[in-house]
Amino acid sequence: MFRARSIQSSLSIKDKIISIDYILVISIFILGLTSILAMYSTDGGELKYHTKSHILRFFVFFGMFLTLSFIQIRFWHSQSYLIYILFFILLLGVKYFGLTSSGSKRWLDLYFMNLQPSELMKIGLILFLAKYYHRTSIENLNRVRYLFLPVVVLIAPIILVATQPDLGTALLIAAGGLTVAWLAGVRVKFFAFSGLAFLALLPIAISFLKPYQKSRILTFLNPERDPLGAGYQIIQSKIAIGSGGLFGKGFLQGSQSYLDYLPEKHTDFIFTLFSEEFGFFGSLFILLLYAIIVWRIIKIGNVTRSNFGKLFCYGFGTAFFIYVVVNMMMVLGLLPIVGSPLPIMSYGGSSMMAIMLGLGIVMSCKVYKDTPVN
Amino acid sequence: MLSPSSGNTVIKSKLIGRRMFLLTAAKAIVTFGIIGRLVSLQINERSKYKTLSDKNRFREWKLAPERGVIRDFFDKEIASNQQVYQVHLIPENSKDIEKLFVRLKTILNITEKKLFYLRRVIAKQKPWEPIIVSDNITWSEFSRLNLFLHELEGVKPIVSVARTYPDNSSAHILGYVSQVSAKDLQTKKYLKDLHVPGMSIGKTGLERKLDEEIIGKIGFQRYEVNAYGKRIKQILINEGQAGKSFKTTLDFEVQKFTSELLKDKAAAVCVMDVYNGDIVSLVSSPTFEPNEFVHGLDKTYWNSLIKNEMKPLTNKTISGLYPPGSTIKTLVALSALENGVIKPLDTFKCEGKIELYGEKFHCWEKDGHGIVNLRKGIQRSCDVYFYEVARKLGVDRLSETAKKFGLGKKVLNGFIEERAGVVPNTKWKKKFIGQNWYLGETLHSGIGQGYFQSTPLQLCLMTAQIANGGFEIKPRIIFDKKNNNLREYIKYKNENPNDPLPTDLLVSNFELKPLFKNQEHINLIKDAMFSSSNEPGGTSYRHRWENKKFTFAGKTGSSQIKRFTEAQREAEVKQESLPYKDRDHALFVAYAPYSDPKYAISVLVEHGGSGGKAAAPIAKKVIKKVLERHELRERIDSLLGEQV
Repeated sequence: MFRARSIQSSLSIKDKIISIDYILVISIFILGLTSILAMYSTDGGELKYHTKSHILRFFVFFGMFLTLSFIQIRFWHSQSYLIYILFFILLLGVKYFGLTSSGSKRWLDLYFMNLQPSELMKIGLILFLAKYYHRTSIENLNRVRYLFLPVVVLIAPIILVATQPDLGTALLIAAGGLTVAWLAGVRVKFFAFSGLAFLALLPIAISFLKPYQKSRILTFLNPERDPLGAGYQIIQSKIAIGSGGLFGKGFLQGSQSYLDYLPEKHTDFIFTLFSEEFGFFGSLFILLLYAIIVWRIIKIGNVTRSNFGKLFCYGFGTAFFIYVVVNMMMVLGLLPIVGSPLPIMSYGGSSMMAIMLGLGIVMSCKVYKDTPVN
Repeated sequence: MLSPSSGNTVIKSKLIGRRMFLLTAAKAIVTFGIIGRLVSLQINERSKYKTLSDKNRFREWKLAPERGVIRDFFDKEIASNQQVYQVHLIPENSKDIEKLFVRLKTILNITEKKLFYLRRVIAKQKPWEPIIVSDNITWSEFSRLNLFLHELEGVKPIVSVARTYPDNSSAHILGYVSQVSAKDLQTKKYLKDLHVPGMSIGKTGLERKLDEEIIGKIGFQRYEVNAYGKRIKQILINEGQAGKSFKTTLDFEVQKFTSELLKDKAAAVCVMDVYNGDIVSLVSSPTFEPNEFVHGLDKTYWNSLIKNEMKPLTNKTISGLYPPGSTIKTLVALSALENGVIKPLDTFKCEGKIELYGEKFHCWEKDGHGIVNLRKGIQRSCDVYFYEVARKLGVDRLSETAKKFGLGKKVLNGFIEERAGVVPNTKWKKKFIGQNWYLGETLHSGIGQGYFQSTPLQLCLMTAQIANGGFEIKPRIIFDKKNNNLREYIKYKNENPNDPLPTDLLVSNFELKPLFKNQEHINLIKDAMFSSSNEPGGTSYRHRWENKKFTFAGKTGSSQIKRFTEAQREAEVKQESLPYKDRDHALFVAYAPYSDPKYAISVLVEHGGSGGKAAAPIAKKVIKKVLERHELRERIDSLLGEQV
């Protein structure tokens, strides 16, 4: 144990570089290149604003990911609460100084970019809870006293995000947090109780929903209810994916997207565009890349020694999987349109930044896998 | 060295690992769920979504085909197409329809009512389907529109073609075209795949009869459009196919000439080739302006047509029903001869009236015609003679002959406005009136009164079939190179006057259908008709042609509207002194030239009085015109014959 610790603390640069998970790095890079291809297609086969800025963001944040990989795992552990508080302050900032666009207040104007702190909070919450449950002993884990803090740190950002309003991101933040809590060993009965409480409060929650949110849910249940309004997105997305067939319509040939039938094709519906142009096999390819990424993240969780590392990797890996799956199910018409980006593929700086931050911490778990955190 | 806390850590790791395993299993299930969904959308239902995607992408605009042209026998266009200037509007291309309407109103002459109608159409159809704001604007309006086009988003100036008629002499037989109505779409199956907004279809006459073929095939333009309806590129253009053009047997010059003659009268004239049934002229008067119907009818004009008691919209030649009057006497005589009821030289004494069955039957000649035989009976149109003949013949035998000669049935194909008329007999009366036949009614039928109803075209056909020697012909108005052998038969017969073959054999050799038992009977009738027109005492003697080229043989007739009272008869009231509505219809049928019959004619003048006075003079002029143009017609005919 001691020897291992001393070895770990004296890792050479070369050792560190060697210990990076290259399969994960390469998968992310291929996914990034694919996303650039897709973005190029959304711009109608020209190198325009979206493509350029996507390329820039991908490479900047990919670099950031690689750099963060070499930061001591101890640092992440020790600064977890601080990072969470920083992100929370940014969220509060949105409430007072945020930019409003199409009816919701989600962004902070940082002059060089518009930051969406709710995206960062997805990572912040996982980080906070990973540290918290790392430190909580197994005996105390299910004591009500020890449940108090996790509930507060979970609920507070969710309320802030949900009232922006951004129901989709709020749910995804919750998903990440709950996953970590459950993995750490919190009993299922607590989830069941809170689930029941949630159901009981649902009618009240619905009364707080904006009309457009209600209509989205109703539309999901029956897209043909309003084919030109809220159901339009789901219908057009299904048409695009379905008409792609086995091999797709070909690169830059996706008629649904380049004739503008597809809404939000840069962001939420980027998978639809790709699927229309590259067909069933293209979709499988994307799915495979995501599967490899999730698999590698979980694998890093397996090899990392500390429970903090494990909880973060498992929590982030699962959250990452949920982001992917929710987005795909949404565009495939299996879930209501809640507005959630597809990690790395979708256009959006904050999402890219948050994902790369999470991946950086994961990679640091790999590089410093044998280093104890305290 | 293992502290309790580190043991705790290991237990925790195991717990975390266990739960992670469960999560991984759940992830695998969800992933397969997504793959399953992709299979269902992209493999199982791909053709459905492919279709939907194409439905998004492509939009089609239909193009109205050009209507076929109708020509007369000499290839003159009597229903043609002309360039018209139109204003179309595609609602989705306009940001503010109301503003556009206000602007359009200042440039074009559009009424508030029209705008109301347009708004209703816009609400009903797809936003990219063009609507026709105005289908016939003047050149100056059109050029002004083009000048302001940049401020009229969504408006399209269109140069199109529309029906036009050179004049209105043939309005009834040609019919007119007008906008498709909702009822048309329901009742006319051929319009189902053919309908283009703004397209005209035939409503009456030939335009209606030929509609299915004359309309043509619609074309379409297929464009790829984006989600906002903007055309991105043209994928396909199909020009469609112009409608088939038709050549008719009509002579436009004769039509114009006749129409001019009938001006201000409620009258009808039919002229027919006695050998092949080609209708040379078919004019009904008063006429209407067919061009007025093409671009939406003016309400006041429509009302004036509806209210006119001379019924300008009715084609009197085929829809007007009149008692044939004395013109039927030719058939009564023929029927009696054929049935052996009388002999040509059998005589009766006419004393102006006879009393039979307790009723008085008057002759038109109050003082009577004296001793009358068949020839004189027809020449003078002696009613008493025909009362006697009819009495002996009986109505059933008469009706048989009348039907054979084309009365009581539709003689043209495919004109919905044509009427069949009535040839009465005992069965008919029982069936339609529910009463037994009175013997007195046979006498009325014998002079073409009573239940008898016929169209002028039927009377023309009857005369033609007598003139050609008693052979059945089919009237036709669409030109057809195919002819029957009647002409060859006549030629052969004239060249071989002493043909050893019996008539039946000869007739069957030429594949003709005779309407007689003995052709001598037909010749007797023809001779009697000659005397009626060309010998002193004949009812139309005053209007004969001395020139052999034009000499015709005819029969006058007047069909009674109201029976004369005894008092009127005593006072010798003249037709001219009766109110217009009570005057007799004047009729005249004839064929010409007598020596070598070529054409048959029937003339009707509603409330014209006596046939000899009102109808025969018109026939005289038309016969001359037709015969003057005969050589020209022959030349065209032989030219066409060579082409075959």
